[in-house]
Amino acid sequence: MAKILLEMKNITKTFPGVKALDNVNLQVEEGEIHALVGENGAGKSTLMNVLSGIYPYGTYEGDIIYNGEVCNFHDIKDSEGKGIVIIHQELALIPYMTIGENMFLGNERGKKAAINWDETYGMAEKYTKQVGLSDSTRTLIKDIGVGKQQLVEIAKALAKNAKLLILDEPTSSLNESDSKALLDLMLRLKKEGLTCIIITHKLNEVSYVADKITVIRDGSTIETLVKGVDDFSEDRIIKGMVGREIADRFPKRHGVKIGEVNMEVKNWNVYHPLYSERKVVDNVSLTVHKGEVVGISGLMGAGRTELAMSIFGKSYGTNISGQLFLNGKEVHLKNSRDAIEHKLAYVTEDRKGDGLILSNPIKINTTLANLKGVSNGIVIDKDKEYAVAVEYKEKLRTKCPSVEQNVGNLSGGNQQKVLLAKWMFADPDVLILDEPTRGIDVGAKYEIYCIINDLVAAGKSVIMISSELPEVLGMSDRIYIMNEGRIAGEMKAEEATQEKIMACILKSSKGE
Amino acid sequence: MDKTKFKAGIQKYTMILVLVLVTLFFTWGTQGKILYPQNITNLISQNAYVFILATGMLLCILTGGNIDLSVGSVVCFVGAVGGIFMETMGLPVPVAIILSLLIGALIGAWQAFWIAYVRIPPFITTLAGMLAFRGLSNVVLKGQTLPIKSEGFIKVFGGGANCYIPDFLGGGEGLNRVALLAGIVACVIYVAVTMKGYLNRKSKGYETGSVGAMYGKMAVIVVVVMAISIKLAQYKGIPTSLIWVLLVVLVYGYITSKTTIGRYFYAVGGNEKATKLSGIDTNKVYFIAYTNMGFLAALAGLLTVARMTSAQPTYGTNYEMDAIGSCFIGGASAYGGTGTVPGVIIGAVLMGIINQGMSIMGTDQNMQKVVKGLVLLAAVIFDVVSKRKSFIAK
Repeated sequence: MAKILLEMKNITKTFPGVKALDNVNLQVEEGEIHALVGENGAGKSTLMNVLSGIYPYGTYEGDIIYNGEVCNFHDIKDSEGKGIVIIHQELALIPYMTIGENMFLGNERGKKAAINWDETYGMAEKYTKQVGLSDSTRTLIKDIGVGKQQLVEIAKALAKNAKLLILDEPTSSLNESDSKALLDLMLRLKKEGLTCIIITHKLNEVSYVADKITVIRDGSTIETLVKGVDDFSEDRIIKGMVGREIADRFPKRHGVKIGEVNMEVKNWNVYHPLYSERKVVDNVSLTVHKGEVVGISGLMGAGRTELAMSIFGKSYGTNISGQLFLNGKEVHLKNSRDAIEHKLAYVTEDRKGDGLILSNPIKINTTLANLKGVSNGIVIDKDKEYAVAVEYKEKLRTKCPSVEQNVGNLSGGNQQKVLLAKWMFADPDVLILDEPTRGIDVGAKYEIYCIINDLVAAGKSVIMISSELPEVLGMSDRIYIMNEGRIAGEMKAEEATQEKIMACILKSSKGE
Repeated sequence: MDKTKFKAGIQKYTMILVLVLVTLFFTWGTQGKILYPQNITNLISQNAYVFILATGMLLCILTGGNIDLSVGSVVCFVGAVGGIFMETMGLPVPVAIILSLLIGALIGAWQAFWIAYVRIPPFITTLAGMLAFRGLSNVVLKGQTLPIKSEGFIKVFGGGANCYIPDFLGGGEGLNRVALLAGIVACVIYVAVTMKGYLNRKSKGYETGSVGAMYGKMAVIVVVVMAISIKLAQYKGIPTSLIWVLLVVLVYGYITSKTTIGRYFYAVGGNEKATKLSGIDTNKVYFIAYTNMGFLAALAGLLTVARMTSAQPTYGTNYEMDAIGSCFIGGASAYGGTGTVPGVIIGAVLMGIINQGMSIMGTDQNMQKVVKGLVLLAAVIFDVVSKRKSFIAK
């Protein structure tokens, strides 16, 4: 049996009023990839924050035994000194610094008053090679994609002599091929002797890379599954996470009739707002019927968000050309107000950045896109606003103490529900949902799917942009596949499979 | 009441609590002089410009912690131009007033255009305005003092530091009946509006909140309003400048809390991108905030020259700092998106009481500045720290 590198024993961490971790135990063997899974708010990140010293020694109960000795970390420097390095979900790189500068930030080469730049870039290169990054280490971070930025983070960790690497949702903002590359890198580093803990929501990744899976639910460890010994299937993991079996991850729609064409886009072209010679959306045509869920699949950067936002009142891009028909009539939408008035809604993929006002309560967020609905145009009827917010809170089963609660204090799934409520209250005929279930847990996902079904049952049309293939396959009536700004294919849901979609993308990339 | 609720309550009413404590301190420090009717009256008329500028500044700050540094210079410039209209050019007073306010709004719109549509940072745009309009004030006044004699103008804008609503109800010596009546009417209107809202909610089946808290709040407000009106009545009655302050505070309090445009200021400060995608013209929101600031600076300019009965190129110096300070002391967030008109008024009153209290106590002018600076810092520290668990930022 391999040596146990890390043992966390009976960790209990309480916040005022909440027990975030309750007697959690975790054992990680040297040289393994250990996955930590659980619903949002289950306590995964809290546990890792305890381990890395973000919550210092003394603020929790229990012991951390690393490399055979009991450790009392007071801050991140302590844990990094021992070789425990954490990479957070939100990348901590500075856009206007080079790859090399970022890698040695806080860990500068040379003397305090005289940084040795040759050594910095020389060493940086060594580590970027190790992670398979070919760009010059003098490239600015802002000029490389998110996938490569993630690699820089890993190289940075290696430069700190990491022995135990903790990755918190490393692939949440990566597309399928970048994710695959990252997971393969983890497997390669494992062979070189690195131990990894990975936190993720994507269960297919877990079964791909992990040697062991520890399931955390409501602040307690539920079970640890071992590869080759236990059942590693997604259904098995989900059962552990939610404590019950979800018979069907995608709720069925019954008797929803697909009606006439609700929205049609013809020969739609969009150029990049800054580099106006770059075509982001290339001659796209699509139709959506009443009562239909249309999925748009594709890799990140395929132009899906850009297409959606440009349709939604030219909220993205320049030199937009093409025709847009709503209910058979051609319309020209000048801005987002116009789009909303023509009963179009775009629910953003970035709920915190572009969707919600985190510092404001639920009720204010709910009515923001349709203040006319709670006012006479000038004066707001606050009582009505409150009633509307309560109505949608109950309809969508948003978990919150009251609608006066600030949205920033809600979990991801509940924030997503508030965002949906906001756009449902705007009473659209066509809803474009951009990654509606990103970063939310299995239970909340199911509820979002149910909401989508209710919407189409009421005769609305839904366009769902999603990078998760099972979700596109499970929810759509019809699927468009986008690649490099073009529609690469269209399939009926019955005919589509993950393989067919991937094949379609690969084929179009080769330019066949 | 449980602990968290108690803590939330303390946080919500922190500045009111501080205001009470500071008032008590100065009551003790000045042997009660600060509560003399004359001092209460002065507190209002001396600080009229702060109330008005701070209200306008709040809208700018709401849009994202953006401030307007030019208001002091605009106050001076509009005051000077208004004086020239009336005295040098001999225009009728109403025309001069309307022209002055228009010029203020135009100055605001000029800066607002660059800020809103060209996206020049407000700090820089208004710093330029601060220099330019200070210079222009000197130019139009030729560096000299312009005496203002137009009596009608001076009276309407609270002028000469000694202008009050006449006591047409014929009260005897020592008790102004108009002031008393105005206080009573204000209380009755306030109670009636609150009760009507409550009953309305109840009849429609909406949630009404705690009845006890409502009555408690009502009682406190009625007591404070009556106390102030009695104090005013004991002196010379209602200063005319108070009418302007009340008008601005009520109108803007209503706009920020009850109207759609008011909501937009908060939304832009909270998350501009989300606001834009919700179909709101965010450029226009910035434009309105800064144009309005110019308009209110013009009003403050008229009040200032009327009070001084002259226009001088040095008027309005550091007024922007009083306005900004009041906003932050009154709980507006330096990042935008939060802050209320009543909060800002409390901030302005707090600054005013500290000023006056120290003056009565005979504190050295320079030390007064030190104290004011520390109070501003303390208020913001308190605001920031009370929102998180630890004192030192993590």
